[in-house]
Amino acid sequence: MGTVITIDVRDEDLPEPAMDAVFAWFHDVDATFSTFRTDSEISRLARGELREHRCSPDMREVLALCEEVRRRSDGSFDIRRGGGIDPLGLVKGWSVERASAMLETAGARNFFINAGGDIVVRGRPEPDRMWRLGIRHPEEADRVAAVLAVRDVAIATSGTYERGEHIVDPRTASPPSGLLSMTVVGPSLTYADAYSTAAFVMGERGAAWVAGIDGYDALAITSRRRTVWTPGLEEMMVRDQPGFRGDDRTR
Amino acid sequence: MPIRAAVTIAATVLGLVLLVSFRTPPPSSVAGVALLPARSTPSPSSTSPAVTPSGAPPSGGRTPAATASPSATGLKDGSFTGKDFPNFYGDVQVQVIVSGGRITDVKALQYPTDRPQSAYISSVAIPYLHDEVLKAQSAQIDIISGATFTSDSYAQSLQSALARA
Repeated sequence: MGTVITIDVRDEDLPEPAMDAVFAWFHDVDATFSTFRTDSEISRLARGELREHRCSPDMREVLALCEEVRRRSDGSFDIRRGGGIDPLGLVKGWSVERASAMLETAGARNFFINAGGDIVVRGRPEPDRMWRLGIRHPEEADRVAAVLAVRDVAIATSGTYERGEHIVDPRTASPPSGLLSMTVVGPSLTYADAYSTAAFVMGERGAAWVAGIDGYDALAITSRRRTVWTPGLEEMMVRDQPGFRGDDRTR
Repeated sequence: MPIRAAVTIAATVLGLVLLVSFRTPPPSSVAGVALLPARSTPSPSSTSPAVTPSGAPPSGGRTPAATASPSATGLKDGSFTGKDFPNFYGDVQVQVIVSGGRITDVKALQYPTDRPQSAYISSVAIPYLHDEVLKAQSAQIDIISGATFTSDSYAQSLQSALARA
């Protein structure tokens, strides 16, 4: 199982070592957080070979962030369900956010990073237009359900379609019902990633939950095939798209 | 002309690590999937001898949804082969199948296999690229949230194939 990460930098003169450093960073994240690697720090922690206070600073930071979101979501986001520890629902966004900061430090101003649908965008693709972001239609792989025009924002989508039904409600141990996909837009990809997982688990009330968090908005596609979005996304919505199917919204 | 670094990694949390290209694009190059909408106004390069429609009919089992309209996309039905484009790991050449005016399949005729790393990258990347094309054709978009993958050489070969469609 793999996640594809795409980095597209539109600035001139980005030093090549900056890109090398980003590669090295994702290597490090994989070595530390992959639950598919028995020698990773997260696997050693899950087996009880390592105590949390002995973990690396990155691991402790991620665990603290996961705990924060668990409490804020009333348990809808919980990395310790089933006895294991799997922070993937947050660590992907967290690692991309860190990579984005590395690129900005190196001088990049116009770029995006997309790790399996978890996206940071900065600046513009061309001077006269904004990035156009498609939200994949959850049932028709060759269509988009909505298009947003965005800059300087983070976007994360959770759903059951991309890797099978990989999200379960930690409180019921079964896949959530009510939604086909949940996209969260906001300033931090770390939180947008975790919130999209939590809100997806919450089902139809998930969008309203996200809207109650300062700075974050949501676009949900319901099992009844309606696209629902919170008011903060209104100005980003591109309506002249062939894929546009929105017909409902929450207020 | 801005330098663009398009880099792709398939990572195990994340996955394994994979990089496809890091280069300066030719002047005509745009972001991978954003190239597709240009198909409705084929460029003069459609006469390029390197772009050779095979004339093969679209495969019968891949008829797209009835909503497809040839006039809406400007694509001719058939099978079209793109030029091969090099990237850091080797050459990529693709063939597109158009049926009912929609792209119904993309085949990688040539992709890097000469080194173990290249072969691994191809095994991971090509299926993603295939999915990406099918997803992206309906709108002019730079990025897809859900899953995405961009490779310049793949996109360029695809574009040259679509110039004939």
